[in-house]
Amino acid sequence: MTDAPSSPSRFSPLDAVHRAAGASFTDFAGWQMPVRYSSDLAEHHTVRSAAGLFDLSHMAEFRVSGPDAGAFLDLALAGLLSATTIGQAKYSLLLTDEGGVVDDVVVYRLGDAEFLVVANASNREPVAAALEERRAGFDLVLVDESDETALIAVQGPASREILTRTEGFEAPGLDELRYYRSTPATFRGEPVLLARTGYTGEDGYELYVAPAHAEALWTALAAAGTPLGLVPAGLASRDTLRLEAGMPLYGHELSLETQPVQAGLGRVPALTKESFVGRDALLAGPPEGAPVLVGLVAEGRRAARAGYEVYPIDGGADAPPAGLVTSGALSPTLGHPIALAYVDPRLAAEGTEVTVDIRGTRLAFRTTTLPFYRRKKD
Amino acid sequence: MPENTELRYTAEHEWVLVEGSVATIGITAYAAAQLGDIVYLDLPDAGTEVAGGSIVGEIESTKSVGELFAPVDGTVVEKNEAVESSPELVNSDPLGEGWLLKVEFTELPELLSFDEYSALIGG
Repeated sequence: MTDAPSSPSRFSPLDAVHRAAGASFTDFAGWQMPVRYSSDLAEHHTVRSAAGLFDLSHMAEFRVSGPDAGAFLDLALAGLLSATTIGQAKYSLLLTDEGGVVDDVVVYRLGDAEFLVVANASNREPVAAALEERRAGFDLVLVDESDETALIAVQGPASREILTRTEGFEAPGLDELRYYRSTPATFRGEPVLLARTGYTGEDGYELYVAPAHAEALWTALAAAGTPLGLVPAGLASRDTLRLEAGMPLYGHELSLETQPVQAGLGRVPALTKESFVGRDALLAGPPEGAPVLVGLVAEGRRAARAGYEVYPIDGGADAPPAGLVTSGALSPTLGHPIALAYVDPRLAAEGTEVTVDIRGTRLAFRTTTLPFYRRKKD
Repeated sequence: MPENTELRYTAEHEWVLVEGSVATIGITAYAAAQLGDIVYLDLPDAGTEVAGGSIVGEIESTKSVGELFAPVDGTVVEKNEAVESSPELVNSDPLGEGWLLKVEFTELPELLSFDEYSALIGG
């Protein structure tokens, strides 16, 4: 519990605000980001009941513009991006020729010939390299805007009301903005891309803004939101929130070695497209018996964590493991352990009883459908 | 972070309060803050023989698992059942209501003073 702080290499444009708020920090993909402000459990519950304010400025953004932008993304990514409408957001995957996942991304269509691709901070370089390599022959401009883009998320049922009350924030399209749509907005006259997207399983918004205006926007959002219960929330709560929502995290559920179908993302690639990187491998499919992602739940309070082995219940004491936990926690909302695990397909049927080796003790879990938590739609 | 100067400490971020032949043991405020919200504790039952320096229990937070070391050789005379049912007490009052074990010992090993522990955590 006393890991020496690793040498920080990158700081968010909101770093001073977080330090003033007394945040604890963690090294995340080379960035010093807030892991919690006071209590990650309290932050988690507040996002479910009111709203949380997240700094996601470490995320990577790539702008793709030009006549061939849509055709390029159709080749470079697994989804059919050219078919999106202006203002639409789409979850997609960047694959290798072998069908493995380089990264999972959200693509915003901003114009007829303009897209913003948002990637994980840890994958900025591989995504940049893959996009650069795949652009040959296309008429477009590809710009890595990660250093010129701050990202603030407001997540939770009070989010819309908070945006409405935020002084200096103008978004004519806010009231009509549907889930997975974006709209241009301004903060004190400066451009903001407002998107109704997120990674918490709650209704909420993500605001892309130039770093120079991030602190003023954060402060204005906090001022408007505090009376409505808004609290700043760190990456620890973001992780338990996304886990409850059954959302994969790159490096845990997604990797170069896993095909989308194994992660339950078989519907993300548009196999109807004639050509995209990884298509042949997806058509061939993963090897027979390749592990598949399942949800696991248990009674009690002991979490199965990443790296713990999953065993068949009838395998006997010497049976080899039949799966591996990739993410796990005691679910703050549900009050019992939840986990994501890659298991032998024979254990994947819903309700299959298994055990997980929790530091030497085999505890009973059973497989379940995802997500673990689904918000009530209003 | 202030720690009670009456207490003795270990390099494993535990505090020890010695009263006669019984040592009350908990984790420091620093350790509780580092772990984050504690959600589960596995403590040895009364009657368990423990060896100083050995792992005798677990402290789980939402994000990580910490090990509880016995700072002394001895026998557990009481575990704090209140923290097993309300682990958040360890975060809210690590030096008080968040105590973990009482161990009857025969010999007290060398433990850290408040100043030595403060230096260890860079305080």
